[in-house]
Amino acid sequence: MADLWLQFILTIDATFRVATPLILCAMAGIFSERSGIIDISLEGKMLMAAFTAATIAALTSSPLLALGAAVLVSVVFSLIHGFACITHKGNQVVSGLAINILASGLTVTLGIAIFSQGGQTPYLSGDQRFSSFDLPFAEAARSVPILGTIYAELISGHNILVWVALVSVALTGVVVMRTRFGLRLRAVGEKPEAVDTAGISVTILRYQAVVIAGVLCGIAGAYLSIAHGAGFVREMTAGKGYIALAAMIFGNWRPLQALYACLMFGFLDALAARLQGVDLPYLGQISTDLILALPYVLTVVFLAGFIGKATPPAAIGTPYVKER
Amino acid sequence: MSTTLPRWIDVGLLPLINILAAFIVSGVIIALIGENPFTALTVMLKGAFVYKGALGYTLFYTTNFIFTGLAVAVAFHAMLFNIGGEGQAMLGGIGIGVVALALGGLVPPVLVVLLAIPMSALMGAIWGIIPGWLQAKRGSHIVITTIMFNFIASSIMVWLLTGPMLREGQISPESEHFADGVLLPQMHTLFNAMGMEMARSPLNLSFVLALVMSVVGWALIWRTRLGYTIRATGHSEKATIYAGHSPQKIIMITMAISGALAGMMALNEILGVQQKVILGFTSGYGFTGIAVALMGRNHPVGILFASLLFGALYQGGAELDFEFQNITREMVLMIQGLIILFSGALVYMFNPMLERIYHRLTRGNALTQEEGA
Repeated sequence: MADLWLQFILTIDATFRVATPLILCAMAGIFSERSGIIDISLEGKMLMAAFTAATIAALTSSPLLALGAAVLVSVVFSLIHGFACITHKGNQVVSGLAINILASGLTVTLGIAIFSQGGQTPYLSGDQRFSSFDLPFAEAARSVPILGTIYAELISGHNILVWVALVSVALTGVVVMRTRFGLRLRAVGEKPEAVDTAGISVTILRYQAVVIAGVLCGIAGAYLSIAHGAGFVREMTAGKGYIALAAMIFGNWRPLQALYACLMFGFLDALAARLQGVDLPYLGQISTDLILALPYVLTVVFLAGFIGKATPPAAIGTPYVKER
Repeated sequence: MSTTLPRWIDVGLLPLINILAAFIVSGVIIALIGENPFTALTVMLKGAFVYKGALGYTLFYTTNFIFTGLAVAVAFHAMLFNIGGEGQAMLGGIGIGVVALALGGLVPPVLVVLLAIPMSALMGAIWGIIPGWLQAKRGSHIVITTIMFNFIASSIMVWLLTGPMLREGQISPESEHFADGVLLPQMHTLFNAMGMEMARSPLNLSFVLALVMSVVGWALIWRTRLGYTIRATGHSEKATIYAGHSPQKIIMITMAISGALAGMMALNEILGVQQKVILGFTSGYGFTGIAVALMGRNHPVGILFASLLFGALYQGGAELDFEFQNITREMVLMIQGLIILFSGALVYMFNPMLERIYHRLTRGNALTQEEGA
C-alpha cells in the first residue's frame, strides 16, 4: 500500500513537470485569444525559445541570460505574428502555421551552423541550467507518513520555472479578470468597435496581448531545454504547443480551468509513461499511444458541446477594420 | 480586401513579389550562417531539374502537393479552413494498407490496386467529413477540430504500426510488404516499355491521377451546380439558404471532397513507392498544401505551378545535404515557412506600394496621351 501511495505521488509529481510548459503556453494563448488573435504559433515560439535558451546557455553558461534571450526571441516571433495579423490584417491561422514551420526549419538550420551536431546543442551541465532544488527539511520530512511524502516528493525538488508557471496562472487570472487592462483586453476580443469608440486603440491593445503571450512562450521554451531538459534536440516541443492550445480551449479560455485542463493532460502523459509495458490486473497492457491521444479526443468532444459548452471570444480571428 | 489593380498584377506579379521576398530573407539567413546564397540556389536548381532523374523526383514531390493543395483549395471555396490534410492522408494510407494486405495474393494485383484507389479517397473523406459534421451541426471550429484530428490520426498510425499492423519480426514501425505487383506502375517502366528513354525515379501513375483530379476539381468548382453552391456558401450562408440549399449539407460534402483529395496523396507514397505502410509518410505535405493553395489562389492552374515550385524546393533541398556542410534539407522548411508567411499572412503587404506605382505609371501614360492629343 505504501508503495502504491509513493507511485501515485511520483506520478502526480511527474504531472507537474510535464504540465509546466503546457500551463505557460495555455496562459499565453489566453492573453492572445482573449484579445481576438488566434495563436496556433505557441508551438513555434516555444521551439524557437527552447533553441535560443540552450544555445545561449551553452555559449555563456548563464541560465538567466539564456532565459532572457529565449523570451526576447519568442517576443520577436510574437511581433511577426502581430505584424501580419494586426497591422496587415492577414489570416491568423496561416500566420501561426508559417511561424511553426519556420521555427522547425530555422532551429535545425541555425543549430547545425553554430554547433555542427546535427541540429542539437551541446549537453548542458548542472550550473548552466535551472536545476531542481530541495525545499528546507525535505529529507527530514520524508519519514513522516503521507504528508511527509507529499512534501518531500511532490512539493519539494522542482526547478524554479515550475513555480513560475504556477504563479503565471494567478497573475493571468488577476490581470485578465480583475484589472482595467484585462477588462479592455477581453472587450477587444468580444467587441473591438466598442473599445475603439471609447477612444482606446485596438491595435495597441492587441500588440500588448501578443507580446505578453510571447514572454510566456519564451519561458515555456526555456523550461524545456535548460530546466527540464539539458540541451536542445530537434522538434523538442513535439506538439506540446498544440496540447496547450487544446487545454486552453478545454478550459474555456479561462485561466484556472485551463490550469486544470493542463494538469489533466499532463497527468495522462505521466500516466502513459508509467504504464508503458506494465501488465495491469484484468486489463493487461494498455496501449499508451491511445492514452496520449485522449487530450485531443476530449477537446474535440468538448468543442462539439457534448460536455459543457465552449464559448470562444466573439471577435476571435477577425481583423479589426475601422469603419470609414 | 479590395484592390484597384488589374488582374495580371494581382494573380501574376504579386505572388512573384511575395516569393521573391521569401527568397531574399532566406538568402540573408544563408549568408549569415556563412554560405553563399547564390551557390545554394544553383545547387538546388541543378538538383531539382538538371541531374539525371532529377525532374522525375521533382514531379514525384509535385504530385503530393497537387493532391493536398487541391484539398485545401476546395475547402477554401466554401470558406472552410481544412488544415487536417496530414491526418486525412494518414487515414488514406491506412485504407490502402488494409485493402492491399487483406486482398493481396487472393485476387489479381490489378484489382487490388483498383480497389485501393477509391479506398484511399474514402478513408480521407471520412476523416474530413467528421470535422465537417462537427462544424455544421455542433458549431465546433473546423481549424481546431482538424488540428486535433491530425494528432488523433497520428496516434492511430503509431498504434496500428506498433501493434496490429506491425510486420512480424520487425521493430521499426511498418507493415508487411504488399504482395508482388500491388503497386502503381512507375513512369520510367511505362516509358521504357513504350521504347522511350527515361531515367529511374519514383514518379508513378499517381502523377497522371493528380493531373486528372486537377481538371475534375476545376470542373467541379466552376462548371457544376454543386461547385456553384459551394462557392455561394463561401460567400454567404444566408444566400445559400435563400436559394434553397442547406449550408450544413454543403459544408459536409465539401469537407468530404477535400478529405478525399488529401487521402489520395497516400497513393503516391504508399502505393507508388513504399509498397508498405510506414510511419510519418505524410511528412508535412498536408501542411504544405495550405501554402500551395494560397499561392495558387485556389485555382488548379495556380496550384500546379505552386506544386511544381514546392516539388523543386523539396528535391533541390535534398541536394543541399550533399553539397554543403552547413546546410541541410531542413533549410527547405525554413524557406517554406517564409513563403507561407509572405504569400499567405502578409499577402497584401506589398499591395499599397504596387498600387501607388501602378497608378503613377498609368496616370503618366494618360497624361502623355492627352498631351499628344
